[in-house]
Amino acid sequence: MAKHVWIRKKGECYFLSVLNMEKKVIEAIGISKSFHDPITVKVLTDVSFAIHAGEFVSVVGKSGCGKSTLLYILSTMDTSYEGELLLDGVSMKNKKDAELARVRNEKIGFVFQFHYLLNEFNNLHNVMLPGLKYEKLTPKEVEHHAYEKLKILGIEKEALKYPNQLSGGQKQRVAIARALINDPLIIMGDEPTGNLDKKNSDVVFHIFKELAEEYQQSLLIVTHDLDFAANTQRTITMEDGRIQKGPTNNLTA
Amino acid sequence: MKINLITRISVALLTARLKQTIIAAFGVTFSITMFITLLSFMAGLNDLLDNLILNRTPHIRLYNEILPSPIQPINRSTAYPGAYHFVKHIKPKNELPEIRNSEAIIKALENDPNVRGVAPKNTVAVFYNVGAINLTGVINGIDVDAENRLFIFQDYVVEGKTQDLKNTPNSIILGIGVAKKMLVRIGDNIQITTSDGTRFPLKVVGFFQSGIEELDKVQSYATLATTQKILGKPVSYVTDIQIKLHDITLAPALARRYHTRFGTEAIDIQTANAQFETGSSVRTLISYAVGITLLIVAGFGIYNILNMMIYEKMDSIAILKATGFSGKDVNAIFITIALTIGLVGGALGLIFGLGLSALIGEIPFDTPSLPTVKTYPISYNPKFYIIGAVFSIITTYLAGYFPSKKASRVDPVDIIRGK
Repeated sequence: MAKHVWIRKKGECYFLSVLNMEKKVIEAIGISKSFHDPITVKVLTDVSFAIHAGEFVSVVGKSGCGKSTLLYILSTMDTSYEGELLLDGVSMKNKKDAELARVRNEKIGFVFQFHYLLNEFNNLHNVMLPGLKYEKLTPKEVEHHAYEKLKILGIEKEALKYPNQLSGGQKQRVAIARALINDPLIIMGDEPTGNLDKKNSDVVFHIFKELAEEYQQSLLIVTHDLDFAANTQRTITMEDGRIQKGPTNNLTA
Repeated sequence: MKINLITRISVALLTARLKQTIIAAFGVTFSITMFITLLSFMAGLNDLLDNLILNRTPHIRLYNEILPSPIQPINRSTAYPGAYHFVKHIKPKNELPEIRNSEAIIKALENDPNVRGVAPKNTVAVFYNVGAINLTGVINGIDVDAENRLFIFQDYVVEGKTQDLKNTPNSIILGIGVAKKMLVRIGDNIQITTSDGTRFPLKVVGFFQSGIEELDKVQSYATLATTQKILGKPVSYVTDIQIKLHDITLAPALARRYHTRFGTEAIDIQTANAQFETGSSVRTLISYAVGITLLIVAGFGIYNILNMMIYEKMDSIAILKATGFSGKDVNAIFITIALTIGLVGGALGLIFGLGLSALIGEIPFDTPSLPTVKTYPISYNPKFYIIGAVFSIITTYLAGYFPSKKASRVDPVDIIRGK
């Protein structure tokens, strides 16, 4: 609701965003997870943290530390865990498959390492798909919306092309536009720059930063790129399934 | 709107693998085409063979059998109750198998609401005189109009007209087999002799071919009046009363009723021709079995292609699920794909099936035993098309069911992390 206000003047936004900082968009309380095949391995142990509205948070850690596993739990796609997950203050425990799909559709935007665009649809339709599924707006409005998102990412010219006609960086930007289409509560990224060269990585990073600062978009990005992490507002470091040190605020550090 | 979106995604996936889709649909088309053609042809043939007999057979026939007296003199004795009587010596009386009171019976039958029509008939055993030798034969005395109406008699008269039989006194329509042996042409006169030695001249007005050769060598037709004249009997003399009903299934029950009511023998068509129904039903069963087998094979084709498509589109399924499509939606997408293949393939199959059976129906089929048939018989029963359509949808749905279920269970985390 408050998001529309953020888009305006910067000074005003700052004040409001302080107020909004109180609102937790996502909160993990004591989340643990074990894999049982072939032997029981504990991958997450008592993970607790919260992300406030408008925060740009990165999760770093060595491979195998459980950061991706955590992300998939937070994204509601993985439902076998212990502990409590609150999205927008609502518990995700004991929700049915269809309800979780609805939550993902409305409240979470995804960006993966691989773009995962559907080659059968042009870029505009790829962006529109989650919006059409949401059914909040008419297809015409969704299309208009999708154009706007593509414009924010500077690739509105490629709207009618197909994903396989784009470069890797452009594809990732289309994927980000798709994540934005339903104005999600939070954008989650799993190594969104992992597949890109340095130049494109920077482009994607700046897009995230712009989304966070200008549009007050909450972001949670899993990455192993420490430069990337260092430039986010807060970094959560994980080791052996635990949050290693207390959340650090990069900007004040 | 949601259905719209699912259809759009389904169509996009279908067109992405257009070649496979076309092959899958073609499998259904082929099987439905063959199903329709097979059944139409088989049913056409069945109808033809059945009609060969059934058209010419009354639903119920009333007649008198020459039987020994059922009550022998010894039965009247009360000396040995419950004993088995060996002494039987009262032989059948010397009487012709006339139906007594035939005029009243015919009138009563004509007023029966179950009865479509009544045709009285005489049969006279005769010898056809050909030069020095005699050929055995049977002349049926018929009511020409009733026979035409109830037994499509005119279809079997291959030369001459049935009306001539009615209009020319002492005329005969000869069986084609007899006519060939006697070397006669229409307009010729022939001589016949009855079993009691009476000679009688008759004028040939036509030839008759039933399709059953043995019958054509023996049977001929004359009017009731002519046969009555040959036998020297009054106009009420009738040996058979043939009845056609509105509903053939009532024949056995009505036959029993007429038997007790009129005191004659009564035989129904089901009893008289049980073998035809058995033959037809077995042939129909075989064609259904073959047709359904074809459809099931096509179903496996669809199953395979959908399975392949799901493996190929694993990423797409994962991302659809990650962006908020539920398992149900994914399921609906793949069911839509399967049903689209089934509907398009099935519809084309029905059209091609109609075309192919129509084509077969044009192929000349000349056989001397079937004078009325010029091309292969085809039945255009809408029932086959309905069954074909329903089965194509059911098999494609079943073929799509399991792959769709699998797709709906795809765990996006597995796919996305596996990269």
